[in-house]
Amino acid sequence: MPAVILGLAVIFGTINPNFWSVTNMANVSRQMSILALLAIGQTFAILSGGIDLSVGSLLALVSVVCAQTMKTFGLVEGITAGLLAGTVAGLISGLIIARARVPAFIATLGMLVAARGAALTLSGGLPIAGLPREFLVLGAGYIGPFPIPTVIAATAFVLAHVILSRTRFGRYVYAMGSNEEAAVLSGINVANYKMLVYITSGLFAGLAGVILTARVISGQPTLGEVQELYSIAAVVIGGGRISGGVGGIGTTLMGVLVLGILGNGLNLVQVSSYIQNIVIGAIIVGAVWIDLARERRR
Amino acid sequence: MIDARPFLELRGIVKRFPGVLALNGVSLDVRAGEVHALLGENGAGKSTLIKTIAGVYRPDAGDIRLDGRIASIRNPHDAQALGISTIFQEFTLAPDMTVAENIFLGREPLRVRALSIIDRKQLIRRTRDVLASLDLSIDAEATVRHLGVAQHQMIEIAKALSLDARLIIMDEPTATLTSHEIDRLFESIGRLKARGVAVVYVSHRLDEVKAICDRATILRDGAYVATVPVASTTVDEMIRLMVGRDLKDKFPKTAFDPGEEVLRVERLTRAGVLHGISFSVRRGEIVGIAGLVGSKRTETARAIFGADPIDSGRIFLRGTPVKVRTPADAIANRVALVPEDRKRQGIFAVLSVRENIVLSALRLFSRNGILDLRRETRRAQELVSALRVSTPDVEKRVLDLSGGNQQKVVIAKWLNTDAEVFLFDEPTRGIDVGGKIEVYRLMGDLLARGAAIVMISSELPEILGMSDRILVMRDGRICGEFDRADATEEKILNCALRGVSDPAA
Repeated sequence: MPAVILGLAVIFGTINPNFWSVTNMANVSRQMSILALLAIGQTFAILSGGIDLSVGSLLALVSVVCAQTMKTFGLVEGITAGLLAGTVAGLISGLIIARARVPAFIATLGMLVAARGAALTLSGGLPIAGLPREFLVLGAGYIGPFPIPTVIAATAFVLAHVILSRTRFGRYVYAMGSNEEAAVLSGINVANYKMLVYITSGLFAGLAGVILTARVISGQPTLGEVQELYSIAAVVIGGGRISGGVGGIGTTLMGVLVLGILGNGLNLVQVSSYIQNIVIGAIIVGAVWIDLARERRR
Repeated sequence: MIDARPFLELRGIVKRFPGVLALNGVSLDVRAGEVHALLGENGAGKSTLIKTIAGVYRPDAGDIRLDGRIASIRNPHDAQALGISTIFQEFTLAPDMTVAENIFLGREPLRVRALSIIDRKQLIRRTRDVLASLDLSIDAEATVRHLGVAQHQMIEIAKALSLDARLIIMDEPTATLTSHEIDRLFESIGRLKARGVAVVYVSHRLDEVKAICDRATILRDGAYVATVPVASTTVDEMIRLMVGRDLKDKFPKTAFDPGEEVLRVERLTRAGVLHGISFSVRRGEIVGIAGLVGSKRTETARAIFGADPIDSGRIFLRGTPVKVRTPADAIANRVALVPEDRKRQGIFAVLSVRENIVLSALRLFSRNGILDLRRETRRAQELVSALRVSTPDVEKRVLDLSGGNQQKVVIAKWLNTDAEVFLFDEPTRGIDVGGKIEVYRLMGDLLARGAAIVMISSELPEILGMSDRILVMRDGRICGEFDRADATEEKILNCALRGVSDPAA
């Protein structure tokens, strides 16, 4: 997979040398950071044997809640409310999945529809403008040469990697995804950890939503459509198993890079966005197919 | 009647997997009307060989001949077309379809051919014919999910027969059957023989091989060892050929030195399932639980372990009444469960040996929630060598280990907890002779350290060979109790079948 990413980069760089420019690199990484944060949350959900279809809609809900609170109460309150909105939505999904035992696909599908509805209701279907200028820094600012969203996403990758590979919670996520029944019989409180998984996913969606709101410097109830599908694509392209137990932050990072570089590169070599979708669709299926073929040959 | 000319001949079959020579020039011939046993320890190459015959694998070298002609079996479909049917251990039935739909899956009789409209009447009639020819009383229109394991097995056989199979390969067909069901299976095999169908029979149970097989081919480490006539070969000789050495004692039972009572259950009841189960276990003791499949032995263990709820009854550990609502409660009370269905309930297939072994005791390997991977590795290596788990290293996925080694990993997992009551549910199912003895030895080690063991088993020799006391269950009740000294197969069976402990009654 790293070879594929490098290959893509070399091809795009040869056709359009601008690809390697500092400005473009900063741009790509800034664009990728939203998908990256959603994909990190999605990694927890999929690894644990579930899925979170709601993360795209949560971007919209978080954006609206964040913008409205910010206008009424102030910057910090707005950001906090945004993060809280994502987390609470995750908690609700988690409760429905872990306590009421509704399949994750259905529970988060419901949340996908409901969160979008809530975002439209709260905003009256209209963008919320007039946010403080300082907020713009979160989306457009830099730390040294690095865009702030990039720095946040990178930090999130490191943190999530440590959680998944070095903590009990992380190990239990893998165990649940590998064999839920065996996990229960090993004394793991599967219901609690499942809730934690969707809270985590909601929190990362909250973070992504706040950053996206800062980038567009307004609350937008229409943000994030089909982003949940791209986040799933990112997880599986890198080698994460859709039924859980196999994969990790490393493979998700690969998936995010492939999608991000592909989108940016195809733009730079002036492939129309319609055709881009066809290419990306083919890559999603192709990557998983190659992965499965390799697995079968073992 | 056995036709002397072989129906199936394999010569010099070689099959390599990355890093492993699974079959090294194996030969086998099977005659029409013969039941031919394929014997060997786990990892000897039996599975690879039958998958080669069934077209799942293609050999790297060697010939497969059918009726003396070279046969090209490129995939399972070819094998089926050539009259070879395989009944794998994993069931291949569609649980939500009917018996008839399953038997004729993919070749349904059609009414209007062009429109592919299924002729339901003919489907059911032909299914009834097949079932009747095996003397089976299974409803052709029953949904498979609602039938028992034994019936699934029979349906697989009926399906094979309806395909006009000339060779049926059975991979451990009795692993999940009760002795009564096994009798029915053997009757069916007898009928197949009489029709001139050849059967390749893979089993670890040598008493069964003695009972129904004509000849046996033994494999060891992927190589052909011998083909022997079963009637004139003793079980001990067969074992010697399988393991390449003499096995003195199949049940290494340690001397029983009972300590104080560790576990006692009183009137454990769950509506419709368990009816007033009471018994106790002492340190150093193995209490065996015998009974037919469906007698709720597994449910008893699960209730004690907190995996299933109970309506009433009490559980005492070390004399103190405890509340066990979840497996975590049971583990905190130093109880461990080694479940019967390894694949579904025991192992984490895609996780490594290390991750499996430490999972129940992650607290011991972490500080403030952060795992100490080095300590995990060290502990996993210790247990792998102590339990003689055969694996190149502890990072290997458990999926790639043999059944016996997977079971050792499950047991190793509990050795990290301070468990002292071990509930073993079918501890040696699907494990070869050598592996079984290792599991029994492990039990002995646990007892020596002051553990108490409850062992559920459908293998009566195992129950008789390992238990200090034997409980017999039937329909969710304990219907009999025997001491090691006066238990016999007849007494236990009689109790399990008729629910009485006195054969005269």
